[in-house]
Amino acid sequence: MLTKQRLLDAIFRRTTWFFTVVVLVLLVAIIISLIIGSMPALKVFGPGFIASADWNPVAERFGALVPIVGTVISSIIALAIGIPVSFGIALFLTELSPLWLRRPLGVAIELLAGIPSIIYGMWGLFVFAPFFAATVQPWLQETLGHLPGIGLLFEGAFMGIGMLTAGIILAIMVIPFIAAVMRDVFEIVPPMLKESAYAFGATTWEVLWNIVLPYTKSGVIGGIMLGLGRALGETMAVTFVIGNAHQLHASLFMPGNSIASALANEFTEADGELYTSALIALGLILFVITFVVLACSKLLLMQLKKREGVTA
Amino acid sequence: MTSIYTRRRMVNAFYLTCSVLAMIFGLFWLIWILATLFGKGFGGISMVLFTEMTPAPGSGGGLLNAIAGSLMMVTLATMIGTPIGILAGTYLAEFGQKGWLASSTRFVNDILLSAPSIVIGLFVYTVYVAKVGHFSGWAGALALSLIVIPVVVRTTEDMLRLVPDSLREAAAALGAPQWKVVTLVTWRASQVGILTGVLLAVARISGETAPLLFTALNNQFWNANMNQPMANLPVVIFQFAMSPYESWQELAWAGALLITLSVLGLNVIARFFLRKQVLRD
Repeated sequence: MLTKQRLLDAIFRRTTWFFTVVVLVLLVAIIISLIIGSMPALKVFGPGFIASADWNPVAERFGALVPIVGTVISSIIALAIGIPVSFGIALFLTELSPLWLRRPLGVAIELLAGIPSIIYGMWGLFVFAPFFAATVQPWLQETLGHLPGIGLLFEGAFMGIGMLTAGIILAIMVIPFIAAVMRDVFEIVPPMLKESAYAFGATTWEVLWNIVLPYTKSGVIGGIMLGLGRALGETMAVTFVIGNAHQLHASLFMPGNSIASALANEFTEADGELYTSALIALGLILFVITFVVLACSKLLLMQLKKREGVTA
Repeated sequence: MTSIYTRRRMVNAFYLTCSVLAMIFGLFWLIWILATLFGKGFGGISMVLFTEMTPAPGSGGGLLNAIAGSLMMVTLATMIGTPIGILAGTYLAEFGQKGWLASSTRFVNDILLSAPSIVIGLFVYTVYVAKVGHFSGWAGALALSLIVIPVVVRTTEDMLRLVPDSLREAAAALGAPQWKVVTLVTWRASQVGILTGVLLAVARISGETAPLLFTALNNQFWNANMNQPMANLPVVIFQFAMSPYESWQELAWAGALLITLSVLGLNVIARFFLRKQVLRD
């Protein structure tokens, strides 16, 4: 009887162990399969693949520069808009909002995170882009377009779609993620710390800037990295509005391409081993970039948690 | 000359106003997007949507095959991903708290949780679709299940950790073997929370488009064979929205409303359950 139970125990433990290993192996398998898939392209183009702006399926010459630049720029725009807004939302939810409003507002922001990305894309293409072309783009060109240097960013026709639109849509998508993390880490600040600052006569802003933010610094950066990871890999929302052109432009009004949207648009139509392999190589680059970003985010958040454990 | 106090108060007022504006900014997009969806999609919701197949350009039709395909693949993906996720989550919470396997799996799982879903599609394409030689519903379900797993692992572990150790010890003191403690005591105590994780995973994959593009592809006709390319709502919405035909675009908006309502509905239900579980403990 006892031996039977011991056997069952071992079986149960082994089974859960096995599936844990499955999860672990999954990540390794993804990386290996992408490396194997991208081998033909990497053999032909070598490390120059990353630096080449060529993308010519007919002549079978491929380079990753345009999609990489597009991915990075659209994500930077997203963070430039998303960080201050998320910070404001987190401040509002933790310090300003009346208690009865906190939950409904928190849920609303979480709902924003729940909307499927394809909906953002459709809405961006059919509703936001025309509005953007008719009102915001002319205004930007009028005001910022004449400044030397910066003006270059706002040149060109008002098409509505393009790098800037993609960045803005991405910003709307990452705001809920970053805001949720910021709110959660702001909430772990010990009330004693904040109250002692208030007792010295600090204003709400001063408490946030000088007490809460330094205390939660690594958590806040971790949240931002998490948002960045999301923005880099976002596919559908970007595909609708970025314009899908393999071109490099200084102007943010012009269409570009990102890794994810190049994959979404071209993969099923790619014929020839080299074309497919070049696209898989793009996927590998994307995965490596997001892996690094997400790993940093995770490490920073873990660091904060550790400190929380020490002070508590 | 303004005193330092006035200045500090003004700085404070300025930033707090910005904070309120940021909150309004966030809500503004949510309302705008939902309003657009209802405005453009509500007219398209009718019985035809649920009874007819996706049409050729220019003619009328519904989304029946896409809805059915989505339901089949989401169900299958949940059935594949849930047991794996629950068992792995159980290991993390019950057996391997401190070991290297648990900590590295936790790390990897959190990365998979936010990894670009299009890469998951690419992975399933290279290991399955390219080997078999054709797109299929199975491949789509497989790709979606890979997204289910990390969500379920994470919530299962979190929920099991909420179960107080005294409960486990009480069961062990009665002489219950470990597998009985886990299945009959801790799982049961956290079943609502684990169910919530599954619901959240279903909500997440219901709207996923990118991993289906190179796996399930699409199919204009009725198809219940998982070994064939399979229609599904997200890809149909993508294809129809990008098309120049007005009748297709209208269907895309109706589908978009449908998908958003179900995803948000699932989210709200899941959060309701989650709150119940957390408050109980």
